[in-house]
Amino acid sequence: MVDIARGPTDLVPPAEVEDAELYHPKSWITKYVFSQDAKVIAIQYSLTAMAIGLVALVLSWLMRLQLGFPGYFSFISPESYYQFITMHGMIMVIYLLTALFLGGFGNYLIPLMIGARDMVFPYVNMLSYWVYLLAVLVLVASFFAPGGPTGAGWTLYPPQAILSGTPGSGWGIVLMLSSLILFIIGFTMGGLNYVVTVLQGRTRGMTLMRMPLTIWGIFTATVMALLAFPALFVGAVMLLFDRLLGTSFFMPAIVEMGQFLERDGGSPILFQHLFWFFGHPEVYIVALPAFGIVSDLISTHARRNIFGYRMMVWAIVAIGALSFIVWAHHMYVSGMNPYFGFFFATTTLIIAVPTAIKVYNWILTLWRGDIHLTVPMLFALGFVVTFVNGGLTGLFLGNAVVDVPLSDTMFVVAHFHMVMGVAPILVILGAIYHWYPKITGRMLNDALGKFHFWVTFLGAYAIFFPMHYLGLMGVPRRYFELGETISLQESHSLNAFITVVALLVGFAQMVFLFNLGWSLFRGREAGSNPWRATTLEWQTPDTPPRHGNWGKELPVVYRWAYDYSVPGAEQDFLPQNQPSPVRSG
Amino acid sequence: MAVTIIFLAVVGSVIAWWLSRQRLTSKPWLEEGAGEPPAGPGSGGPIPAAKLGLWVFLAVVGSLFALFISAYSMRMHMGDWRPLSLPDLLWVNTGLLIFSSFALHRAVLAARREDGGNLEAALLAGTVSAAGFLIGQILAWRQMAAGGVFLASSPAASFFYLITAVHGLHLAGGLVALTRAGIRVARGGGTERTRLSVELCAVYWHFLLLVWVVLFALLLLTRGGTH
Amino acid sequence: MYIALILVLIAAGSVLFHFLSPWWWTPIASNWRYIDDTIVVTFWITGIVFTAVVLFMAYCIFRYRHRPGRQAVYEPESKRLEWWLTIVTAVGVVAMLAPGLVVWNQFVTVPDDAAEFEVVGQQWQWTFRLPGEDGRLGASDIRNVTFENPLGLNPDDPNGRDDIVVIADDLHLPVGRPVKVLLRSVDVLHDFYVPEFRAKMDMIPGTVTYFWFTPTRTGRFEILCFELCGSGHPYMRGGVVVEPESDFQAWLGQQRTFAELSLPNDGEIVGAAD
Repeated sequence: MVDIARGPTDLVPPAEVEDAELYHPKSWITKYVFSQDAKVIAIQYSLTAMAIGLVALVLSWLMRLQLGFPGYFSFISPESYYQFITMHGMIMVIYLLTALFLGGFGNYLIPLMIGARDMVFPYVNMLSYWVYLLAVLVLVASFFAPGGPTGAGWTLYPPQAILSGTPGSGWGIVLMLSSLILFIIGFTMGGLNYVVTVLQGRTRGMTLMRMPLTIWGIFTATVMALLAFPALFVGAVMLLFDRLLGTSFFMPAIVEMGQFLERDGGSPILFQHLFWFFGHPEVYIVALPAFGIVSDLISTHARRNIFGYRMMVWAIVAIGALSFIVWAHHMYVSGMNPYFGFFFATTTLIIAVPTAIKVYNWILTLWRGDIHLTVPMLFALGFVVTFVNGGLTGLFLGNAVVDVPLSDTMFVVAHFHMVMGVAPILVILGAIYHWYPKITGRMLNDALGKFHFWVTFLGAYAIFFPMHYLGLMGVPRRYFELGETISLQESHSLNAFITVVALLVGFAQMVFLFNLGWSLFRGREAGSNPWRATTLEWQTPDTPPRHGNWGKELPVVYRWAYDYSVPGAEQDFLPQNQPSPVRSG
Repeated sequence: MAVTIIFLAVVGSVIAWWLSRQRLTSKPWLEEGAGEPPAGPGSGGPIPAAKLGLWVFLAVVGSLFALFISAYSMRMHMGDWRPLSLPDLLWVNTGLLIFSSFALHRAVLAARREDGGNLEAALLAGTVSAAGFLIGQILAWRQMAAGGVFLASSPAASFFYLITAVHGLHLAGGLVALTRAGIRVARGGGTERTRLSVELCAVYWHFLLLVWVVLFALLLLTRGGTH
Repeated sequence: MYIALILVLIAAGSVLFHFLSPWWWTPIASNWRYIDDTIVVTFWITGIVFTAVVLFMAYCIFRYRHRPGRQAVYEPESKRLEWWLTIVTAVGVVAMLAPGLVVWNQFVTVPDDAAEFEVVGQQWQWTFRLPGEDGRLGASDIRNVTFENPLGLNPDDPNGRDDIVVIADDLHLPVGRPVKVLLRSVDVLHDFYVPEFRAKMDMIPGTVTYFWFTPTRTGRFEILCFELCGSGHPYMRGGVVVEPESDFQAWLGQQRTFAELSLPNDGEIVGAAD
């Protein structure tokens, strides 16, 4: 390993570069469409993910309208309602959050933050995006297919997912599974790039322990995704076979609507194991990049080194490893061997410890800091509140016996929306406000940003905090309407309230979209380092960075990523590539 | 899921071993300076990026097959499982794949010696025998089908067709890369790049041979009598 | 600045909502009060942590907000503080996990004297079966399912002849006696849940799953399907009537057995012929 001299050292000659081995684009098409520049690919990923995310947002409005005011909207049938929830869930988890964090932020930030010119396999990286786009298009196609998209719930549990009692069991489920298979192939291409680039592309002096936590989060999440997505792949292929080719991997002997099916002996539980073996790591595939990014946002805007950097790194690695042995906590009442519950409840609650350490360290970074309440910082603070809330309710659901009454109620919906919906999205939004100046060279409008934050944060909290109590009452999830059930009558007023707030929060996102477009032309000029941050992406010779990122010379890294407010230094930050030993103490 | 957990434990220990050499307990805020220059731009360590990328990819493929094996062993315990009888042709195919892997091993040695003639011969032998394996697998399918065993006949048959197809597809993908390397050799391309691509193909081949041996052993151990 | 105040309001508002809002669980009607107790313990621990974290954040934001000339303290880590926090967290986790596992052990351990009955789900209705005078449920197989025999009982099994089959009607249970619910499905996943009983389990075609409880309160309770089972999922309802033993026995006497159900006028068991 690289051995680093202790104490101040002299300036080393710049990391020499003859001619960067890059494929330089020759035409507009190869520059902006079939580009091999990770930054362009990142923007392509992000825009596609946000576009499909808008579809998911509209779907959530439709389902909230039905839940808040059942019976008022005749165009929403039970069938279409189940199609809405299924597509909303799948789009948000896979096609928005996973794609945006890894394909979007991963592509943009990894090469810049570790001082590389690009990903190590730019061509494969480009293919990754186009396969992802194809997956999205196949998914969208299912809206127009006969019978519409699948309404099996995002978990796609067989036998129901492929039987006629479920909407979209013809074309819908086939297109969904095909799209997932494509997504996984595309992601694997990208993921190989992210991992190998972090391993091999780091510039001189960028040891692992000098990497910003953003990179640690994205790197660990990518490793997990590479190992976990095959489980979804296997499940999807086998389910597709069951649907199209008459096999019985998951299909037991069944009487479907009075007809005896020619299937036998298959195991629906097997699918659940495969699905959750992917599905639980998936939660952390979304969460770990968010953890990493929020650490950097808090540190930069509180002008203070991240507190307990080593613990933060260890916690990321520990969470990543543990998340592979907790999957069956989604299956306490699935009918699997009940004695598994002891093991999985224990492992699940153990994860709370490293996660709690991360929360403490974010707050201890604020403590005795110099807190600038910029828009990215506001979103980061909002993240901490919603994440703590959603993480703590995870301690209810992870504890097997507490899960028994709460599973499949709105408590579950509230929990996972708070912890892996609202919290990561607040990070994404904060990260966009933070890095938009680097991507475009202009600042996003501050007033619009603050409005956006307050409506989104307070609104989301008002939606999902009370929703837990609906679940406590026994309101089931995935119910088109609650009907006359006496014990659930009091839920109607709260459901209507939640719907109204959800519509408001949804519309506030339009303000954000407007801001994105408006600031592109009218935003204040940002300069190269508007937040006075230490990490390498802010030290590029050009803003926005050009293809190749660094001009002729690669940066050389002299220090860790968190030298903020170093005693005796002239400024309250020391960029990672600044050699001068100005530290007095 | 035991097989998958064991596989991931192996991958996890490789990661842990690697992390243990990264000075994760050092205090980065106490250290200043740039350290030693890396071996070369864009290729930080001694391993070429393409080789590392291949190994990461093999971990992904390994996870895929471990999950198939896990699914197989869980499905096997359901009541309707009827063991499958396997065509003897699979032994011949296995032999072909072993030969193919061996030929690629010779190709690597020849490439290191810059022995162009032997390299071409070994690559050709490897390509032909791998193609022979694939054809043999298709013939084995046809034998099964002729014996009345189709994809949906029984869960064991479904798994047989599915797993062999996935393995075959991976080998077919490798065959594309191998053919490209062969064309490069035939055209007398640069030795350094040729050697790397031959080495990558060989690593991939040995891995797919290992996967096939594990799968074949699993199928043999769980097969039924002859039909 | 405002955000410090608003964080205080969020913490206070959440606590007030918890204690004052009308949305709370339905009164329990089974022996699983322990589950409710575990939830209450978890609420206390997590509630205290949430309030403490948010209030401390609010304090930090107010106290260490940016003012001209302010400089942050450079302090990379504090091993002692971090270990201390880790240990406190671990203690809190154990305080929730330990009672949870104890109650889970009760949940998965069915008492020997529990009376068995069967619930069968199909899209989208519930059917029930109780043992007849022999106290045993007869064998069943999904291949026997016909219109007259929706549960797929084996017509040749003598144990099943006197089984009581309840179709499209409420299930009745005696109060105060532990019951083991055997769960089957003939088509897709379902889940038998009565919110007042607090206990549920999925029903899987091809497998028999189970859970147990003791009804402790008389009355009629609604059954809801709790696992998405297709477009009729929200309409898959049923009822359980919990009543004193004597009323239960009277109800039981009025029910028809499997033999009676499958013996139409000509006296031959339908389904046995093929």
